[in-house]
Amino acid sequence: MSWFTFLLQNRTEVVVRTLEHIQLVSAAMGIALIIGLPVGVALVRRRALRRWVFGAANIVQTIPSLALFGFLIPVPWIGGIGANTAILALALYALLPVLRNTCTGIEGVDAAVLEAARGMGMTPQQVLWQVELPLAAPVLLAGVRVATVISIGVATIAAAIGAGGLGVFIFRGVAMVNDQVILAGAIPAALLAVLADLGLGAVQRRVASQ
Amino acid sequence: MTYRLPTGATLVSGLDLQVAQGETLVLLGRSGSGKTTTLKLINRLLEATEGEVLISGKPSTAWDPVLLRRGIGYVIQDAGLFPHWSVQQNVALVPKLEGWEEGRIQKRLDEVMALVGLPLAEFGSRRPTELSGGQRQRVGVARALAGDPPILLMDEPFGALDPVTRAELQREFRALAQRLGKAIVFITHDVREALFLGTRIAFLAQGRLVAVHTPGDFLRASEPEVRAFVASLDPGGREEAQR
Repeated sequence: MSWFTFLLQNRTEVVVRTLEHIQLVSAAMGIALIIGLPVGVALVRRRALRRWVFGAANIVQTIPSLALFGFLIPVPWIGGIGANTAILALALYALLPVLRNTCTGIEGVDAAVLEAARGMGMTPQQVLWQVELPLAAPVLLAGVRVATVISIGVATIAAAIGAGGLGVFIFRGVAMVNDQVILAGAIPAALLAVLADLGLGAVQRRVASQ
Repeated sequence: MTYRLPTGATLVSGLDLQVAQGETLVLLGRSGSGKTTTLKLINRLLEATEGEVLISGKPSTAWDPVLLRRGIGYVIQDAGLFPHWSVQQNVALVPKLEGWEEGRIQKRLDEVMALVGLPLAEFGSRRPTELSGGQRQRVGVARALAGDPPILLMDEPFGALDPVTRAELQREFRALAQRLGKAIVFITHDVREALFLGTRIAFLAQGRLVAVHTPGDFLRASEPEVRAFVASLDPGGREEAQR
């Protein structure tokens, strides 16, 4: 348990790194949702366009994370060393699950319910906000959950481009050939992922039961 | 009027029908005869390729489709209740959309739920999943009536129910229709249901109107397509229907 002693001794930095980690992931998820939700909604009835967008999002998913961080560094304006580049890369990874689940969720809404909604005189906006999105919410949240857990893992690598986070301990530990330091980053990161999974899982169940 | 798909397939052609206030016009025909298409042309879920649908003397295309639909009650086979809303919220849909004040909505909810035999106090807070098939369909009818629309469109509303519940709802609906005096267009492929509920029966085959008869004339009709349908009735059903 010597990693735990290390953790206690360096608790100030551990807290700072954990907060950095949470910030990276939250900012990335925020961007992924702000872009992914409206685009996902727009793609529901545009099958041809969807193939292209999903294809592009799929390609992003296949790029190894360290490589994606590397690719983004030389990009002007948005690139460079630091947290912004890392947030952008994480958001790109989170985009596919958010997009896909938004589409799948809305498509899964019962056709009879939609026909009734339109037939009773709801406007397209009312159908979207009052019927489609609430009914798609459990599926949508499942996408957010997956994306968040993946982001927490990938964000550890962001330390390699100077974005901070719990990855700092891992890279430092590797450089020092010191297991304790590696674990001081790895274990809180894993805990964070488990907590996020449980928390979002609970939210998802609550929404689904309503 | 005529309706064609963009692919060129004609689903309904040369249809000419009128429905008056206080009348139940039944659209009868086999699957794929154009009944549902006709219904959707009325509330503009589809738009006629040729010809027009006149609602209160005004072409449906001249109406704002959203406002038009709020004035037309719509009941479909699977009820299409919103599963994430309570019965009360479902029924209050059109009054809410129309911006009625809360007291008026509550009063109307009480009325329509009583009309369909589900007391609001007992059923209002339930979810559609907590209802039987027959109850869901009653709620569907209540929701269609809530805004007090002059026109009611019903697409095989009782089609998915067991025979006993079905007969029960048919009886109640006939009484309700006579009492409310609305213009009702009712789709079915069940001759007995057509004879029981219809003041007139429009028989459709392959997107064309074959004939319009009163229930009495329908049984004696000479058109071969109609005769084939009548022949499917057993003698008992015939007598029952004539009563």
